[in-house]
Amino acid sequence: MDYRVPILKIRDVLIVPIQIDLDDNTAARLQHDILTRIEQTGASGVIIDISVLDMVDSYLGRMLGDTAVMATLMDASVVLTGMQPQVALTLVELGLKLDTIHTALDMESGIELLDAMKKA
Amino acid sequence: MSVLREIAITTEHDIVLCRRACREVAKEYHFNLVDQTRITTAASELARNIFEYAKTGTVTIVILDGPNGDVGLKAVFQDNGPGIEDIDSAMREGWTSHKGMGLGLPGSRKLVDDFDIQSTLGEGTTVTITKWRKQG
Ligand SMILES: Nc1ncnc2c1ncn2[C@@H]1O[C@H](COP(=O)(O)OP(=O)(O)OP(=O)(O)O)[C@@H](O)[C@H]1O
Ligand SMILES: [Mg+2]
Repeated sequence: MDYRVPILKIRDVLIVPIQIDLDDNTAARLQHDILTRIEQTGASGVIIDISVLDMVDSYLGRMLGDTAVMATLMDASVVLTGMQPQVALTLVELGLKLDTIHTALDMESGIELLDAMKKA
Repeated sequence: MSVLREIAITTEHDIVLCRRACREVAKEYHFNLVDQTRITTAASELARNIFEYAKTGTVTIVILDGPNGDVGLKAVFQDNGPGIEDIDSAMREGWTSHKGMGLGLPGSRKLVDDFDIQSTLGEGTTVTITKWRKQG
């Protein structure tokens, strides 16, 4: 698959709208792309929106959690937005703890959360 | 019992095709949204295990007609890879022979109603999962 997830930048926030079910290679490349963009732009926050995803398995879940950890080391906060309730439930049942990543209901509250974290 | 789909796992992208096929069948047979998601997620884990440990294999999706009009979705993940030496360990959460999280097998067991694993060293592994459709 030769698809690349777009990464948009608004002020000092990177917006990553995941629009299709990603295979493992594409997910790994996305992690690399996000970290590279943080480095290039000095962004202080990243919103990863997964509202269209109908499942998150251990591979993608781990990639998201690891990305958040690495971004934190680069002084950027990651917020995961829009996770569908049944996706969240299934992740918990699977046994995956996404405890390294902040979550918010939608992109707007994700931005608010980033603002609040910046002030804190 | 009727075979609905057969997916050959040979490339990494086939993991996506496998979970998509499971989703489609679960939707077509009116499984609720949470169960569709559970089936799809378990399928993704088990198809990835085939690709990671056996390189190639096949996934077969069938619909079961149980008693009282029950409907079950059964998926069989079959490979002729190296097999698993110690199934009890492999089924334990956090146990991995590589650098995984050891979630795939124990996690997918929790997402389905029936889970069966057969494995012979040097011959291969077959994992069979079934989810029964909830009434109402
Ligand atoms: N189809 C298979 N063929 C051979 N060995 C397998 C197969 N499936 C699983 N295993 C073995 O069982 C172990 C546990 O599998 P499981 O999917 O639970 O965890 P993992 O693949 O190591 O990590 P994760 O799935 O969390 O990324 C694997 O590390 C591997 O050694
Ligand atoms: Mg696995």
